[in-house]
Amino acid sequence: MSIASLWRTRQQRYSLQGETCPDCHQAIFPPRDVCPYCSEAAGPLHTMSGRGEVYSYTKMLNVPDGFLAQRPYTVALVKLEEGPMVTAQLTDISEEDVEIGMPVEMVTRKLREEGDSGEIVYGYKFRPVFAAAD
Amino acid sequence: MRNVSIVGIGQLSVGEHWDLSIRHIAHHAIAEALKEAGTEQVDALFVGNMLSGSLLRQEHLATLIADFSGQRNVEAAKIESACASGASALRIGHMAVASGMHDVVVVCGVEKMTDTTGESTTAGLATAADAEYEAAHGVSFVGLNALIMQRYMYEFDVPMDGFAGFSINAHRNGAKNANAMFQKPISLDTYVNAPMIATPINIMDSSPVCDGAAAAVLVASEQAEEFVTGHHPGAVQILASASANDTIALHDRRDPLFLEAAYVSSQKAYMQGGVTPADISFFELHDAFTIMSALSLEATGYARRGEGWHLAADDAISPDGRIPISTLGGLKSRGHPVGATGMYQIVETVQQLRGEAGQGQIADASIGMAQNIGGSGATIVTHILGG
Repeated sequence: MSIASLWRTRQQRYSLQGETCPDCHQAIFPPRDVCPYCSEAAGPLHTMSGRGEVYSYTKMLNVPDGFLAQRPYTVALVKLEEGPMVTAQLTDISEEDVEIGMPVEMVTRKLREEGDSGEIVYGYKFRPVFAAAD
Repeated sequence: MRNVSIVGIGQLSVGEHWDLSIRHIAHHAIAEALKEAGTEQVDALFVGNMLSGSLLRQEHLATLIADFSGQRNVEAAKIESACASGASALRIGHMAVASGMHDVVVVCGVEKMTDTTGESTTAGLATAADAEYEAAHGVSFVGLNALIMQRYMYEFDVPMDGFAGFSINAHRNGAKNANAMFQKPISLDTYVNAPMIATPINIMDSSPVCDGAAAAVLVASEQAEEFVTGHHPGAVQILASASANDTIALHDRRDPLFLEAAYVSSQKAYMQGGVTPADISFFELHDAFTIMSALSLEATGYARRGEGWHLAADDAISPDGRIPISTLGGLKSRGHPVGATGMYQIVETVQQLRGEAGQGQIADASIGMAQNIGGSGATIVTHILGG
């Protein structure tokens, strides 16, 4: 991703900013010009709560360029409580302890270092929600 | 609209061709196809390719290949739709001949994946996904398929070796194909002990990185006789050609476990061809990963939701089963040179229909279906060939 693309998507990567469709009221992430549910023009910005649950996950052993230093890591599909699903890494948990349906919450973490100059890219990852002890 | 037939095919054996460049391998397949068709000059060359720009720093690929193949003053264009580039290029060729715009078209699927390191190739393949919202998080293509497979196994209670039959069938069939990358059967033991790439996908669930090129010459069916001379085994007609798309990102699918684009494109193809799934003699599906075989069988009408994997366990997919798949090794054993794969499927379908598939021949093959998938199910192209 280029610096321009990273700058454009900063509200999405730092705060899960999406939209709500003014016609069908579905939550949308990331923002789109056309609502994927009803095809009307998509609407006002809406920041997701960051809470969701694990829909699926994988421990990645062979990884793309740019992610070698982090290997292995766990990538998940996280179903946000507002409805949209996102692809993100899980953090603060080992893959052996991940379960489908597990509640998770968004945190901001380093995603990677970009290119030769090494700009650090931050973005969302998800960690388990720990219930408070009674 | 004119009916379109294939009057010549050519292919390079799939493998790691470090001694050949992309222009050489493409020319090999094109020259073989033109020789079969008994013609030297074409009106157009359409090239299906995904990665020449990102891995080889070579774009303008179709013109490079046309130049190298001695085709001047013709139309040459590259068609890209990730791993469905091959079949997408065939569709463009089909449209060009069907419409009457061109009379003789050669379509070549080609990919060179072994000039770069594994990590660069993996990163190149990830460009088929949404760069800002999928690849940016470090998910590879194997990873996306692993996310589908993990959820599928959870929802439908599939055991760890539930998909083994797809891999075993592909390798058993590939052993009979001299153009396959792997020509050796595997055992259940080999599958179960294979190392993981992205859990739960192990190396035996996954197709290999490789180089390859496959080509076909298309003409109007009414003119096919002119090309079918001498020793030529005969023309094969394209009975149906259909493509459909879905969301590019897996996370945006209404149901990540259903290949909606496979359903739509196969239904369109069945209608065009006037056939039903029961009429199909064999099915070259896109088994880039074993999970994709199960999902393709479900979306094209061969199994109910969540039951596609049973077909592997029941041996319904073997050469003498109810619906033979990957008859010459499929992506798993023949290999998956991504932008070339769709054309290998077509070339192999033609081989089967001509009765030229050697030891891998399906008995009484009369109608074959080939389905090529781009991305994690985002572009799906279905072709039905016959007689």
